[in-house]
Amino acid sequence: MNGEALGWWGVPLAILGGAIRAGTPYLFVSLGECLTEKSGRINLGLEGNLVLGAMSAYAVSYLSGSPWLGVLAAGGTGMLLGLLHAWLCSFPKVNDIAVGIALMLFGIGVAFFFGKPYIQPAAPHLPALGFGDWSASAQVRAALEINVLFLIGLGTAPLLGWFLANTRWGLMVRTVGDSRNAAEALGFPVNRVRAAATVAGGFLAGVGGAFLSLYYPGSWNEGLSSGQGLIAVALVVFARWQPMRCLYASLLFGGAGALGPALQSVGITGGYYLFNAAPYVLTLLLMAATCSPERTLSGIPGELSVTK
Amino acid sequence: MNDLAGCGYPGHAAEVSHARPALEAIGLCKRFGPLQVLDEVSFKLGQGAFHALLGGNGAGKSTLVKCVMGYHAADRGTVLVENRECAIGNPRDAHRYGLGMVYQHFTLVPEMTVLENLVLSRLPIPAMIRWREEKQRLAALMEEMPFSVPLDRKAGELAAGEKQKVELLKQLFLQPRILILDEPTSVLTPQEADSLLGMLKKRTRSHRLTVLIITHKFREVMDFADAVSVLRRGKLVYSGPLAGQTPARLAELMTGSEEIARTVTREKVEEKPVRLEIDRLDVASDHGARAVKELSIRLRGGEIFGIAGVSGNGQQELVQALSGQRRPDRGAIRIDGSPYAGTRREMARFRLRCLPEEPLRNACVPRMSLAENLALRTFDRPGFTRWRWFVDAKAQKTQARELIERYRVHPPEPERRLDTLSGGNVQRLVLARELSGQVELLIAANPCFGLDFAATAEVRRQLMQARNRGAAVLLVSEDLDELLELSDRIAVMFEGRLTYESWTAEADLDTIGLRMAGH
Repeated sequence: MNGEALGWWGVPLAILGGAIRAGTPYLFVSLGECLTEKSGRINLGLEGNLVLGAMSAYAVSYLSGSPWLGVLAAGGTGMLLGLLHAWLCSFPKVNDIAVGIALMLFGIGVAFFFGKPYIQPAAPHLPALGFGDWSASAQVRAALEINVLFLIGLGTAPLLGWFLANTRWGLMVRTVGDSRNAAEALGFPVNRVRAAATVAGGFLAGVGGAFLSLYYPGSWNEGLSSGQGLIAVALVVFARWQPMRCLYASLLFGGAGALGPALQSVGITGGYYLFNAAPYVLTLLLMAATCSPERTLSGIPGELSVTK
Repeated sequence: MNDLAGCGYPGHAAEVSHARPALEAIGLCKRFGPLQVLDEVSFKLGQGAFHALLGGNGAGKSTLVKCVMGYHAADRGTVLVENRECAIGNPRDAHRYGLGMVYQHFTLVPEMTVLENLVLSRLPIPAMIRWREEKQRLAALMEEMPFSVPLDRKAGELAAGEKQKVELLKQLFLQPRILILDEPTSVLTPQEADSLLGMLKKRTRSHRLTVLIITHKFREVMDFADAVSVLRRGKLVYSGPLAGQTPARLAELMTGSEEIARTVTREKVEEKPVRLEIDRLDVASDHGARAVKELSIRLRGGEIFGIAGVSGNGQQELVQALSGQRRPDRGAIRIDGSPYAGTRREMARFRLRCLPEEPLRNACVPRMSLAENLALRTFDRPGFTRWRWFVDAKAQKTQARELIERYRVHPPEPERRLDTLSGGNVQRLVLARELSGQVELLIAANPCFGLDFAATAEVRRQLMQARNRGAAVLLVSEDLDELLELSDRIAVMFEGRLTYESWTAEADLDTIGLRMAGH
């Protein structure tokens, strides 16, 4: 068999494929979280956006027959949750982290409540492009089958970076996120800018959910997300609030998650669960390696409630 | 928003009559909680005036100008620009009416570069920014200014003096018709201050600009202002021409009956042993660069060692290393011969106290009460605990009341949250905490920054008294006059090293100035 012929080369290939497949939800959630945190708020509820997005994408795709309508629906529900977060946080003395946790539970609960009837039926999936079709090897073709949504995310990361650096709105978001004092002196509407950033971030996280249910793993059930939404929040810290680094970090984490299955494919089955814990171990190691008590965390928006 | 349309935007304003005041405030009132900060304040700014606003710490100067700018909403009262009533809801509205302000508390975005910060204040901000063009334009404008700042550095990495310059540049580029400055010169060298104020004065002469300036420096008022207003505890006690006023008369207006501390004379102290010994110290900055390089100091009891220098030359890192906020990379600090690592226990043992700059950030817990902040050094010491393990709130409060009264902290409420106090009063509170009890080694960094002259005199008196009692004092300051008045020995710090050292009595001012500039 061709797959056998690849031998050990199959491992990095499977990891690459896995990085792209498993990394896409990380990518969308972390980009959304990055944008929200740049405006000075932490939205821990993005796990809720992810799960609710997955459910609504699946439901709409099943009912309408169009997976892209499903993606839009996922983004829409994400925006609604973002709006709720922004609205609650606009009141004085409301803590964004507490609101985020409440909304995470709320989003998951709503998704489970409305999602029951969609566990069984099969919905149309999102299309993928076969970048590996030139190869005769099934493994290569499987690894290089790349979903369109990932390509959209690939484009969104630099676009978001460019937006934050070079546009008026981008500067407003960063100002509001870094110093409320400065923003007020400039007359920027702090709460409205933060609301807009939270809603846009919620949209992206919802789209990430659509990828889960409409492509990989590609079905809707209650155990669909294994905390990707929460890991993505940590990922933003690791990426130092830079969209391009969010992209690399997402791929790294996706790849780490694919380590176990990839090794299994070449016959290493020992420590399967240990390898599956790779993303979490990686999180801890990276955090420990990049933090220093002597130096400030460069890039952190000054208005985040964890820094105050 | 109808008012907005009626008021006329800058640039549309045709010939302005000189009789018309540029800005008028009528009956402004502002209350923060139980505190009446502004009480029926009315004043006029003549067209092309250079108007000074004076007042003690907590007199309401900053609040007054922030109300005019729409940063705070006044409880009552109206603001007229060019004789038309204007609804200024936020600083952006104020910009539209041609008002600009340089705030005392910095309003730069720390994570952004100077360039980004300057573009940010441009109105309107272009929807898409061409950074290369903006940079060229700003670099060209900077040529005409009395000072320059590096455009590519992050604002958060700049020293206080440089930040202040960026704030000033921001406003100068915007060319407002009315410019409000809240203590703009406190971090500039005297030459820079003179050239800045001179430049503004020139612009007011041609009636292109009207200036309202808050300052504590009478010299600047007498040299540059033509009109003056004085606030005392929220009330306007004088507003009119400067002609006929003397510094003494103005001081009297500001303080009312408050007594001013007289300077204490330098007593002769017999030579004491070396108390603080810094040996080839290397300290890194926040960004990993070597901020202090192989610095050595030997400080005896009963002397004040002054370190002069433009801010940003490693003074901050040196003080942080001494106050336990930063770990040195190499070198040693010894006190009375024993190694010192900046722990709380060692500070208590060596009786070391610190007056760091920006005390709200470096020496206080802003959300705690005055009483708790005053007890930070003593809360676990005998006399302030109950049954050894519990905090005695009553003892804290008793101590707080006494210190607040002795150091005239205003408002005198021990239960009040610290971050509701004005800058000068926070400074007084830290002074009260650090100088109470026995002090044998004192580290002070810009201890009079932002203080009015009564408080300044008080701080200097306290420093000198500590020295006369035999304490060793390390005084890091950007105010050369302060150093020359207080220090026994004076040194200049430049790029992390001491480049000049001399007895103050024998110091050569020209050389000090040259060394400060790095020659």
